[in-house]
Amino acid sequence: MLVALPAVAGALHQPFWVNAATRIVIFALAAVSLDLIVGYGGMVSFGHAAYFAAGAYTVGILAQSGIDSAPLAWLAAVAVSALLALVVGALSLRTSGIFFIMITLAFAQMVFFLLVAVKAWGGNDGLPLPSRAVLPGVDLRDAGVLYYVCLTLLVGFVAFAAQLVESRFGIVLRGARNNERRMLALGFPTFRYKLVAFVVAGAGAGLAGALYAEFARFVSPDMASWSRSGELLVMVILGGMGTLAGALFGTAALVGLESLLSGFTEHWMLPLGAILLVVVLFAKRGLYGWIAGRLDG
Amino acid sequence: MTLLFEQLLNGLQFGTMIFLIAAGLTLVFGIMGVINLAHGSLYMIGAFVAATAAGRGAPFVAAVAAGAVAAGLAGIVMEVVVIRRLYRREHLDQVLATFALILIANDGVSMIWGKVPLPVDVPAALHGAVPLGGFAYPAYRLVLIAAGLLVALGLYLLISRTRLGMLIRAGATHRETVAALGVDIARLNTVVFGVGALLAGLAGALLAPIIAVQVGMGEQILILTFVAIVVGGLGSIRGAFVGALLVGLVDTLGRAYLPVVLKPVARPELADSLGGGLSAIAIYLLMAIVLVWKPRGLFPAGSR
Repeated sequence: MLVALPAVAGALHQPFWVNAATRIVIFALAAVSLDLIVGYGGMVSFGHAAYFAAGAYTVGILAQSGIDSAPLAWLAAVAVSALLALVVGALSLRTSGIFFIMITLAFAQMVFFLLVAVKAWGGNDGLPLPSRAVLPGVDLRDAGVLYYVCLTLLVGFVAFAAQLVESRFGIVLRGARNNERRMLALGFPTFRYKLVAFVVAGAGAGLAGALYAEFARFVSPDMASWSRSGELLVMVILGGMGTLAGALFGTAALVGLESLLSGFTEHWMLPLGAILLVVVLFAKRGLYGWIAGRLDG
Repeated sequence: MTLLFEQLLNGLQFGTMIFLIAAGLTLVFGIMGVINLAHGSLYMIGAFVAATAAGRGAPFVAAVAAGAVAAGLAGIVMEVVVIRRLYRREHLDQVLATFALILIANDGVSMIWGKVPLPVDVPAALHGAVPLGGFAYPAYRLVLIAAGLLVALGLYLLISRTRLGMLIRAGATHRETVAALGVDIARLNTVVFGVGALLAGLAGALLAPIIAVQVGMGEQILILTFVAIVVGGLGSIRGAFVGALLVGLVDTLGRAYLPVVLKPVARPELADSLGGGLSAIAIYLLMAIVLVWKPRGLFPAGSR
């Protein structure tokens, strides 16, 4: 990330790169939040895009009704997505393994079709934001400034997540991932720990969604689609799950590859799929693990 | 009343087609423990090959057979090249690898056939409608129902009465024992995967005349199929059958009746859009309720 700063600063006159970097930073925030539950909690959520969309729509709807205070709108976005995660998590965590994957997918699909159905929120066409929110003393309309705001929030969230996974809470969470029965026998109410982690992850994704709504000035049901959830999982696994650096790395790799390949050819999904396949089949700990392993050995 | 009956038939028709796809998916999960997101791509390949064959003037039955066989062959290649390496991996790796396969299949198909939907005609002999006491029902849809039920029966006999079926059942619950008894598990896996792919391709080919044959069609139905097998209990053919019919009926009846039910309480255009949305949600609600109530589905298979 330190590498990205001067590079972006130098390129501030080129909107393409600033936009690409902002996308990476925003999706990295969502990916890190997903990594919290997938990598550290062993909860493979296939519906993380739902919280992203919940945050984005909260900002979009508030902006439509004239509320453009950034702190207020973003807090509301975090609150709404955290609440959604609380409800979904409380029901979904009764299951595990493949069933957990499927039930989180089911809830995300419900959110997706709800967003498609409600005409007041634009239905299938989505909802444009009249203007970006107002942050006192900061001009969010400037792309470079928005980038640094997003970067600051990402750094803040990563620092928070790093604290969290090393805390007693994080150790219990990892313990529950490795052997839930043992943690239960030790007297830890693992359900509550997992639910809190799920809610924190949902809140993080909601913040990312809020930022994306500001960035794109547009929200659409597509944000909650299952392929978006799949992409978020790809970012986490591509980089190497269970390492926060891996989630950042994976996001940069995926968004970067998408931008790069789509510049060469209209058929960029095929090479992207092939690269993904090779990484899954041959680099078991993801790109980050592979590189770290190279450096160690 | 006749409308209800017609909608029930529609639901049955949709459900049996979902079952064709679900059967392979649930067997692959039950025996190999693999979540194959790319199963919908095989369905897509079946539809595209059948559409192309029919477009070149092949008789409809031959076109359907070509689609099914092409999907079966694609499935065997998929198993040998990729899926085989995923048996001992975590579900997460399987999700990611087969997600990558979807990207490859979708882009490959759009390279060969383009992004415009392919038109397929209902065969001339089945153009009409069959009178069913009080209303007429399209003949082609009746054929789909019959074909779906026939395959379900055939699959039941295959699994409960034949040697291959015995190996499949044994492989699902006691994999190591079966291998220790000298059965070539690797070949069994390839055969099962190929049969599942064939059935998915058959569903795609049969549905080609009444749906849009286009890139991305596989994912739409894949999720419904997953709902069906999760509701039914993963790895169980019987569960897949019940789950598929439930999904077909709930989805079809929801689409037909939710707007009607909502009419008295909402403005007409709101009732239409909300009803459409809620009926799309209905099947996921069904799945969530089943999983919260029975976390392993209605008919959990084996002990794994």
